[in-house]
Amino acid sequence: MKSALVVFPGINRERDMMMALEELTGEKPASVWHTETSLPKVDLVVVPGGFSYGDYLRCGAIAARSPVMAAILAHAAKGGKILGVCNGFQILVEAGLLPGALMRNAGLKFVCKDVRLRVENDSTFFTRIMKKGDVVTCPVAHGDGNYFADQNTLEQLENEGRIVFRYTENTNPNGSVNDIAGIVNSTGNVIGMMPHPENMIAPIHGHTDCRQLFESLLAA
Amino acid sequence: MKARIRITLKTGVLDPQGKAIEGALAGLGFSGVENVRQGKYIELDIAAKDRAAAETLVKAMCERLLANTVIENYAVEIQ
Repeated sequence: MKSALVVFPGINRERDMMMALEELTGEKPASVWHTETSLPKVDLVVVPGGFSYGDYLRCGAIAARSPVMAAILAHAAKGGKILGVCNGFQILVEAGLLPGALMRNAGLKFVCKDVRLRVENDSTFFTRIMKKGDVVTCPVAHGDGNYFADQNTLEQLENEGRIVFRYTENTNPNGSVNDIAGIVNSTGNVIGMMPHPENMIAPIHGHTDCRQLFESLLAA
Repeated sequence: MKARIRITLKTGVLDPQGKAIEGALAGLGFSGVENVRQGKYIELDIAAKDRAAAETLVKAMCERLLANTVIENYAVEIQ
């Protein structure tokens, strides 16, 4: 499966994501710099984590208005798959590809630790070899991961099964409403999540739970 | 012309920084302080033919970049 990683100034998790994609999809992803105006022909575009533009103004706000975003929006409009992790999730939300907003953690501190994620929707391109209710260990590392959406949007997300991952009871690290850790758009081709699955795929990471997420990419 | 832009969190959006400031003020002995909300203030110089044109431009900037209207309100003042 062909993939591309979009890199903005200040992003720092692109190498981890590149290694995960290369190992688990069997193909090295293309790297696309933020000033480019087109994407290579790929199935999946990944917006990795980090601190684009130093989190200035709002996390992801400036990256979301980069030249490359027009090509990413076009990829999404054609039904192409997009995955945003951490800052990548913030960028997709700021770009309007996913609803809601990611606000300062309720505890005001940067949180870097492992959390437990429950799979709520097992039919997405990133969860389809899993079962609803499966729980995986996955690290988070963010200061602004507090998911917020207005009541109507939340009801829509809940009723349409668009919460992909939830922090399990008492492990919500940031105050996210309804313990939301990851969501999918209405057409099922854009996923954003705050935790870092690319950092939980090898024994050296402590667990390999998140290999299943990447393996889902290859399942038909 | 100078534009002054005030960006505030919408009512009902949790503001943990405001809460922390409120707690710190109480800790310093300032009593009777409630509903602390933190926002952003942006100033910029803009070339436009009149105030109305400047206001239209700055509002477009707010909509497209400066504010996130999912969670924030903005107010523009032109001088």
